[in-house]
Amino acid sequence: MKIMVAIKRVIDYAVKIRVKPDKSGVETNNVKMSMNPFCEIALEEALRIKESGLASEVIAVSMGPTQVVDTIRTGLAMGADRAIHVDYPGTLYPLSVAKILKALVEIEKPGLIFLGKQAIDDDCNQTGQMIAGLLKWPQGTFASKVVLDKEKQTAVVDREVDGGLETLCLDLPAVITADLRLNQPRYATLPNIMKAKSKVIKKLTPEDLKVEIKSDIEVVKVTEPPKRKAGVLVSSVDELIDKLKNEARVV
Amino acid sequence: MEKWRAADRLLKFSSRFASAVNWNNSCKSKQGKYFYSVATTVHRNPLFSSISPDDISYFKTILGERGVVQDALALDAANTDWMGKYRGSSKLLLQPKNTEEVSQILKYCNSRCLAVVPQGGNTGLVGGSVPVFDEVIINVGLMRNILSFDKVIVSGVLVCEAGCILENLISFLDDEGFIMPLDLGAKGSCQIGGNVSTNAGGLRLLRYGSLHGSVLGLEAVLANGTVLDMLGTLRKDNTGYDLKHLFIGSEGSLGIVTKVSILTPPKLSSVNIAFLACEDYTSCQKLLLEAKKKLGGILSAFEFLDSDAMSLVLKHLDGVRNPLPPSIHNFYILIETTGSNETFDKENLEAFLLHSVESGLVANGVLAQDINQASSFWHIREGLPEALMKAGAVYKYDLSLPLEKMYDLVEEMRVQIGPAAKVVAYGHLGDGNLHLNISAPAYDDNILAKIEPFVYEWTSKNRGSISAEHGLGLMKAAKIHYSKSPETVRLMIDFDYCVFELLPDTSCLDDNHSIICLCLSA
Repeated sequence: MKIMVAIKRVIDYAVKIRVKPDKSGVETNNVKMSMNPFCEIALEEALRIKESGLASEVIAVSMGPTQVVDTIRTGLAMGADRAIHVDYPGTLYPLSVAKILKALVEIEKPGLIFLGKQAIDDDCNQTGQMIAGLLKWPQGTFASKVVLDKEKQTAVVDREVDGGLETLCLDLPAVITADLRLNQPRYATLPNIMKAKSKVIKKLTPEDLKVEIKSDIEVVKVTEPPKRKAGVLVSSVDELIDKLKNEARVV
Repeated sequence: MEKWRAADRLLKFSSRFASAVNWNNSCKSKQGKYFYSVATTVHRNPLFSSISPDDISYFKTILGERGVVQDALALDAANTDWMGKYRGSSKLLLQPKNTEEVSQILKYCNSRCLAVVPQGGNTGLVGGSVPVFDEVIINVGLMRNILSFDKVIVSGVLVCEAGCILENLISFLDDEGFIMPLDLGAKGSCQIGGNVSTNAGGLRLLRYGSLHGSVLGLEAVLANGTVLDMLGTLRKDNTGYDLKHLFIGSEGSLGIVTKVSILTPPKLSSVNIAFLACEDYTSCQKLLLEAKKKLGGILSAFEFLDSDAMSLVLKHLDGVRNPLPPSIHNFYILIETTGSNETFDKENLEAFLLHSVESGLVANGVLAQDINQASSFWHIREGLPEALMKAGAVYKYDLSLPLEKMYDLVEEMRVQIGPAAKVVAYGHLGDGNLHLNISAPAYDDNILAKIEPFVYEWTSKNRGSISAEHGLGLMKAAKIHYSKSPETVRLMIDFDYCVFELLPDTSCLDDNHSIICLCLSA
């Protein structure tokens, strides 16, 4: 069984984000970019499944301009067998990504698609669900545990939901999106970085896949959240109640 | 009058010289947690006065109610160093808000012959930031304004007060696109005034040099309250003796630093970290030389830790995992590069690392793929002092040694100590600085006897420094002769004497048991 993992190149999680002065978006010049943390977790899970003998190959897929190849290389250094880069210079919204993935799935025919639950730049949390819908495959999103059964061709997925944990049993092929507690991703070791240099990255374009990129969404404005105001020390309980009542208006 | 003063001064000095080898017994009775080096002993100079209620009232008129602290809990914290190893018995903590207040306090203390100890973040590791006896603690923590930041000149020039916490300065500069030229594990608490007074080294000395190079100017207050304004922001100024260099690293013995002007390098976008495993110390050395050659311009840190250090950290520190599971290798090296071209730097580093693996210098290694992973590597190295504290009692030594000999000391120390304690080694390999730590279940004079004077003698024999960056403080003041010739020490004392002698109205030495005097008594 092949596993396909979709990974996204985003601004590094630890970077202090700055909004561009024209409010059209976030500053990305000279800013550290890395693999989306949830995608990393998804890839790690796919690698573990392969290492346990339940899959034959892990294919990393990413879409975007040339720089995306850096992130793909990281995926290969972690242990993915090969990769596909769908070259597209502009912004891709979840529905376009899902359509491209669908086209790739029809070519590669994987038994499992792994994605991160959401990207930390747009926080959409849509791609996994959309591709499951397009393919009409079952989906287990916000996975915190995945157990595969080769014989029954099922995946038992524990999902992190608001009320606690929900366990689903999915028939393969299926779509799973990874949540934070699924695993702790491995570091890229030097021997694996060395091996990654000779792994294949196939380059395709949306035209090759006969997917038309059009977006029904346009980002109009990006602004920073209001700055947090300093706290105030109150001198008595009465003053606290007064402030809660008259200033904060929560009582 | 003058003759009397000179004679009186000599008397005080000589009484200190003559002072015998007697620890204050009350200190010893607080056994268990507090510990003092058996070899060093100090006697409270009876010529210093004790605090009186009049003194307290006077301080309150200068500093206001809040600037005069006599609260037991606050005093307890201020009297004890970070390691819990040194404990003074001061009854008074003063918190001035500006240079003028510092000047008035010192002037008064001087006239009353009250001993004082300057204090910043109290993160020092040699007992130099806490009182020995009942000295008045002058804590500059409230003087934490950033006065100016200029990014127009060659690099940024930051002028700030001595009480600014290093981490806050780093955050401030981050927004401006600059960084502080020094970085250390204690950054969350240490203050820039203390850093400068100690000539702190840190993790980036390899790249940005020492504070002697990056401090452009400072303002200090001398024992009699004189404010010495040397707060230049010029890159070059060859007009007479550059006295600020004497204050940098003088550990507060010449005056209290109140303002600092420091050169800040631009923040470069491309930072890469590798965590590597080497099988033996020779490989570590060769790797350093190779790194300096091949990565030269972008190399920004080169740290090492041995297997005992790694085991300790994995056991005692939270949120840490072995980057190269499952085994513990003999040596680990952390290499950091900082440059302006992400792709180029990463390729350069990867090529260097792969070559090192092929040539057998490196057994295995990992390269951080994002900032989170980079922080986790640094957490391992920066968390070592904390892990050592959690593991029990620790005897800490900070030595500069010739590179090829460095690990020999560690191995010989292991043989010396035997199974009684664990010898843990880590440090700034790139600077030739070893942090030798002996970790024992509890403080034990038998173990100490095996460490000292062996470690100092060994260092001295190899012309190393018994204190690379931590300073002398109370711990090592009397050991200065292991690293400095008697003539040099003599000149230091003469100079110290001179500084106070030349100041009008310095009726008594105010810096508590001045380090220089401790040196001479040894």
